[in-house]
Amino acid sequence: MTDASSARAAPMTIAAPRTATRRLRPSGSAVVMGLYLLFLMLPIYWLLNMSLKTNAEILGAFSLWPRDLTFANYQTILTDPSWYMGYVNSLIYVVMNTAISLLVALPAAYAFSRYSFMGDKHLFFWLLTNRMAPPAVFALPFFQLYSSIGLFDTHIAVALAHCLFNVPLAVWILEGFMRGVPKEIDETAYIDGYSFPAFFIKIFTPLIASGIGVAAFFCFMFSWVELLLSRTLTSVDAKPIAATMTRTVGAAGVDWGVLAAAGILTILPGALVIYFVRNYIAKGFALGRV
Amino acid sequence: MARITLDNLAHSYLTYPRGPEDFALKELNHDWADGEAYALLGASGCGKSTLLNIISGLLIPSQGRVLFDGRDVTTAPTAERNIAQVFQFPVVYDTMTVRQNLAFPLKNRGMEAAEIARRVQKVAAMIDMEAQLDRKARGLTADAKQKISLGRGMVREDVNALLFDEPLTVIDPHMKWELRTQLKKLHHDFGHTMIYVTHDQTEALTFADKVVVMHDGRVVQIGTPQDLFERPAHTFVGYFIGSPGMNLFDATLDATSNGRHARIGDATVDLTQPYAATGRVQVGVRPEFIRLAAGGDGIPAQITRIEDVGRHKIVRLHAAGRDISALIGEGEAIPADTDRITFAPQGVNVYADDWRVAPGGESR
Amino acid sequence: MNKTVNQKAWFLILPVLILVAFSAVIPLMTVVNYAVQDTFGNNEFFWAGLSWFEDMLQSDRMWDALGRQLLFSAIILAIEVPLGILVALNMPKKGFWASFCLVVMSLPLLIPWNVVGTIWQIFGRVDIGLLGHTLAALGFDYNYTQDTFDAWVTVIVMDVWHWTSLVALLAYAGLRSIPDAYYQAAKIDQASRWAVFRYIELPKMAGVLMIAILLRFMDSFMIYTEPFVLTGGGPGNATTFLSIDLVKMALGQFDLGPAAAFSLMYFLVIMAISWVFYTVMTTLDKRDGI
Repeated sequence: MTDASSARAAPMTIAAPRTATRRLRPSGSAVVMGLYLLFLMLPIYWLLNMSLKTNAEILGAFSLWPRDLTFANYQTILTDPSWYMGYVNSLIYVVMNTAISLLVALPAAYAFSRYSFMGDKHLFFWLLTNRMAPPAVFALPFFQLYSSIGLFDTHIAVALAHCLFNVPLAVWILEGFMRGVPKEIDETAYIDGYSFPAFFIKIFTPLIASGIGVAAFFCFMFSWVELLLSRTLTSVDAKPIAATMTRTVGAAGVDWGVLAAAGILTILPGALVIYFVRNYIAKGFALGRV
Repeated sequence: MARITLDNLAHSYLTYPRGPEDFALKELNHDWADGEAYALLGASGCGKSTLLNIISGLLIPSQGRVLFDGRDVTTAPTAERNIAQVFQFPVVYDTMTVRQNLAFPLKNRGMEAAEIARRVQKVAAMIDMEAQLDRKARGLTADAKQKISLGRGMVREDVNALLFDEPLTVIDPHMKWELRTQLKKLHHDFGHTMIYVTHDQTEALTFADKVVVMHDGRVVQIGTPQDLFERPAHTFVGYFIGSPGMNLFDATLDATSNGRHARIGDATVDLTQPYAATGRVQVGVRPEFIRLAAGGDGIPAQITRIEDVGRHKIVRLHAAGRDISALIGEGEAIPADTDRITFAPQGVNVYADDWRVAPGGESR
Repeated sequence: MNKTVNQKAWFLILPVLILVAFSAVIPLMTVVNYAVQDTFGNNEFFWAGLSWFEDMLQSDRMWDALGRQLLFSAIILAIEVPLGILVALNMPKKGFWASFCLVVMSLPLLIPWNVVGTIWQIFGRVDIGLLGHTLAALGFDYNYTQDTFDAWVTVIVMDVWHWTSLVALLAYAGLRSIPDAYYQAAKIDQASRWAVFRYIELPKMAGVLMIAILLRFMDSFMIYTEPFVLTGGGPGNATTFLSIDLVKMALGQFDLGPAAAFSLMYFLVIMAISWVFYTVMTTLDKRDGI
């Protein structure tokens, strides 16, 4: 039993950690990632750079950073209602769309993940085909449909139109996450006397919270970035920021500074949303299918 | 095959550990003799997987050296060490057939096709998967997959050591026994140095020549199954090995008798040999060595419950302010008026601050 | 998971059906309606049968657009999928830099598509854009509004910039789901880096990669806004993809009949190809789900 006693008697000395020196090796991964991130950031940096310049500087001397720093472009946007209402309009219909998409997708995804019924597989694929439908195909019919029922140029019209591709996506994502929840949980809840709605809201929803978050993220994303439908369905009252940006092309040429500033401001909501969900991105992007 | 020496080894997952408590593996010196089968036993999180990964080279220890036959391999990559390791969960290459899976480690080492085929056939027979050799590994059951993992470890016959990290967790109970027997036979036939990590004492005691018990990042005892049973070096070993575990009584050594007696509560126990110890002194007695008595000497005790578990009975008692257990053979009677317990002298161990104190007469 | 047969599950799907019927089926009926009728104006329509379809099938214009579209989708898939995998393999596994990469990589995904077009429109301009200016300074005769090749390269680089991260994030999610033991076993088996990729990483990524390819194919096949803003379909018709051509026809020239016939065929093509992807994907899903 000599081994044991020597292990016991040895005093604890703390040597210099060996791992620290090994981490400092220059790695190919860092180079690849560095180059890729640079590729991603450069165009955005350039937009930011331009948004902080005067038009004279933009068109005049070519410079890598603003020599004559100005916030006038941002001022123009944030003080003019016809500009900043574009952001408000966009945000309104995006939030409406996300809420509607999730509300209808949740029960449907549950049905697909738990039950088999007549035509379920075909129905699922048919839903997905709507995600595949080119918005260009629907632009004109939507215009006529919403005009005829008096919804043209309202937020709800855009929100409903975006459901075309967001509802199938939400169903698809949520179904993936719900499949990961064991069916025994449902059965136990029913045995414990929960009604279906009570079970769904109190027990099931918290279990797939991350899935709902991911679905919401994707709905937000695709509704926020879409232009063709939102531009077709609005004229003044619900005009999205993306459409407002075309205004910068005037008789006197393009107002580059304001255009760039408006562009930067459209990136901000997305950046904010990403910041909040950054810890779920990796798992979330797998749509619950890993 | 090799002798593996751990020299002054310790590991912390933190870059800058501040004290012993930051170490997942506390300082350790040990020789794993060539060709022996060891079991590394401990509760989960005790550092046994850390130790295994250091030996296999998946982890570089933050201090100390690992030597294979005297050669320093501390920072050598896994591939250079020529070891095989089987993991807790089956690791198979899904897109390959069973045959390709088994051949993979040999193929990577550039072995010639005929020799690969011969060994694969042999290992397939050993793990009883000859019929499935040309099936894709994807879609096999968990224990079939684990058998493939075992097979990939065994297919290389010249390995320095075979390491097993709780390999039978996902295997069916009857298959478990069979595979363990296979492993023992393999060890017998080829004489590989084997290190088998487990938290299951039965697995450890039946598999290994020597059992290494770990607790809280420290090796607390290395010994034969018999050593661990009769002379647990640490109270953890006493408690962890054996079912039920060792009974421990707070005690004071009686200085007037040169430490030949200990006082437990109001009773005096004859230790038969002199002991000297400082710190928190405990007397440990396995349930097998507790005798029930009515009247006379001994520690006052009351029976609270009797469990019949087949070959013997477990008697639960309350004595010296704590709950203890005693094992009584099937044929033995339990006195109805039991109110005392005594200890069989050969089963008494004395502990100071959880470590066993050798009696004055026993050489260390 | 084995599902219970329950025809009542249809009730859970009802909300989705109603919504999608409203936002997809009715507009699609309108499209069908137009596709088989002709008009002399004044809202007087008469039956035209399949003549619009015949016209479109014989029109070089549609075949050219389809050819350009297929070429574009093939090129961007050929670039984005391998590049996305490469990036995913090189991403940091944990810690600050992992979050940092995730956030930066997600950023292009959340930029409104017309802003993406605008960013590259500016970035590629020889007078005020970093890319165009740099290329010109290096002696390249680069002009994406005049030269077909330059326009294609710019549109492709823009799409790679915009969407490679989606593939990378999906692949990354797949990679993260591989237990460490696989890599350790591979080391012990002396597997080469290539073998680790081929036998461990690729099989585990197969599921999410199929999702990535499906999404990227569908979206690239429907691409409209970004190239429209960047090149307006030009020079000439060089970058006029299917959606751009369709919108030109429907909203620009108001050729409703041909546009509707075009729409339906467009939709059918995209559905047919997606069906193939989807079938492959669900088969993979089933094989993994044992």
